[in-house]
Amino acid sequence: MRHSLAAWAFAGPGVAIIAVFFVLPVAAAFAVSLTDFDIYALADLKNLRFVGLRNYIELVQAPLFWRALANTLYFVAIGGPLSIAASLGAALLLNTQAARFKAFFRTALFAPVITTLVAVAVIWRYLLHTRYGMVNFSLTSLGFPQVDWLGDPHFSMPAIILFATWKNFGYNMIILLAGLQAIPKELYEAARIDGAGNFRQFAHVTLPGLAPTLFLVGILTMAGYFQLFAEPYVMTQGGPVQSTLSVLYLMYEQAFKWWSLGSASAIAFILFLFMLAVASLQLLVTRRMGGAT
Amino acid sequence: MRFSAPTRTGAAATIGLFTIAVIALFPLFWMLSVSLMLPGEASNFPPPLLPKYPTLTNYRALFEQAHIGRYFINSLIVSSFATVLSLSFNVTAGYAFAKLDFKGRDLVFRLMLATLVIPAQVAMIPLFLMLKTIGLVNTWIGVLIPFAAGTFGIFLVRQYALSIPTEMIEAARMEGASELRIFRSIVLPSLTPVLVTLGTFTFLAVWNDFFWPLIVLTDEHKYTLPVALAALSRQHVQDVELMMASAVVTIAPVLVLFIALQRFYIRGLLIGSVKG
Repeated sequence: MRHSLAAWAFAGPGVAIIAVFFVLPVAAAFAVSLTDFDIYALADLKNLRFVGLRNYIELVQAPLFWRALANTLYFVAIGGPLSIAASLGAALLLNTQAARFKAFFRTALFAPVITTLVAVAVIWRYLLHTRYGMVNFSLTSLGFPQVDWLGDPHFSMPAIILFATWKNFGYNMIILLAGLQAIPKELYEAARIDGAGNFRQFAHVTLPGLAPTLFLVGILTMAGYFQLFAEPYVMTQGGPVQSTLSVLYLMYEQAFKWWSLGSASAIAFILFLFMLAVASLQLLVTRRMGGAT
Repeated sequence: MRFSAPTRTGAAATIGLFTIAVIALFPLFWMLSVSLMLPGEASNFPPPLLPKYPTLTNYRALFEQAHIGRYFINSLIVSSFATVLSLSFNVTAGYAFAKLDFKGRDLVFRLMLATLVIPAQVAMIPLFLMLKTIGLVNTWIGVLIPFAAGTFGIFLVRQYALSIPTEMIEAARMEGASELRIFRSIVLPSLTPVLVTLGTFTFLAVWNDFFWPLIVLTDEHKYTLPVALAALSRQHVQDVELMMASAVVTIAPVLVLFIALQRFYIRGLLIGSVKG
């Protein structure tokens, strides 16, 4: 019993901080989402009223909410797979036995991951500048037309996706590289003896061996990409014509610009539900595919 | 002359890696180069790659007029303090979950792991209201409190602490050493690598964080670098050179820290990613 007490003395403070500053607020978030918490309630809690599911119903009827949700899903559905493909490509190259300077390349390719998001978003805003940006300069030098990356609603989200891929691919690259290195060399040996070429080795040895890692990376990336915020905040301020307004951006504006904290909490919860749903879908698809082979 | 197949794939892979490295590093190189240009120099066609007359004008303007030194110190204080707290709370808890027997241990640990699926933003509005009630909005304590302890940190330390031999702890206990003493003289020394890992992780996470300090800090004097940078970039849209200098001031410390400690950082990333 004395041990139990000492153990709680070690574990207690950390667990208490998580309980008070995370678990409790999450529970409270649901409660707040059922109220009309606004600037008047912020001044005096007596003005707070319970409104049931009204915030949720109003959101579902608001075109702006659907716009933000569609933008976010666009970012997740295109940006996620693109980032993972870039990570996988880089990891495969780094895993090539005869490649040189691998330690240097690994650090160089990972560097964008640890940079400050706001700062590199500012850099990219200038790199994507229509007239003086390096991206358009390279494109026009190669004979392509100029693109108004951040000013044209058709290109603003692709621009943010390209930026996010650049910023994030190094992270999954490291995880996938570890996954590749864990695949037993004998499997490749056996495939080669059976006469499998590079492509068939990739399809029949690498991909199945990497499947659990790819699943993990898929979940992590999806969860991260649903939280899109700083990129549009710095690069486009949600525009042009709300083409880069994300769910989290909408939540931020509802909460801290209009002080509709009840409605903003409902947005946060819907975002969470969507993340859970997509994660379950990923799990389901992986199980199916795992069952088929 | 003919090359063998491994040499050829090796050369092709090296060229591929070189190309990706150029794409990964070019924006950072460009940032540094433009930060040394004269005001207005970067807005030319074709865009210049290198400064014609390298100058520190932008840095001088940044420190003298935009007070970036203050934001730098704010970021440094918040990140360092958060790192100290995170090391204290996560390391003791991580050790307890790995090596000490107590009632409810496995249940609490499983519940904690379950919280990992909840995005932090769900907690932020009530957390903001809580901090407002106790007067911690617009304070640095408010900024760093969510980083003081976390499931990820506790998990990281626990995974590492599992490898400490239990016999060593038992032997010390038999000799009458107190739990605190065991922790100080046996556990902490063997946890050194994970302390560096967790410390680096926390420092970088707090230094780079944007959403939460943007919400909590209302007074410009207390801004951390990312919040200040976002505000500056809205006021100085045309001043490319000045903005690149402020990006350098923000990014350089984390890049240096990462390059010095990358071994620890990457290992933490790999342990942490197995959590799923």
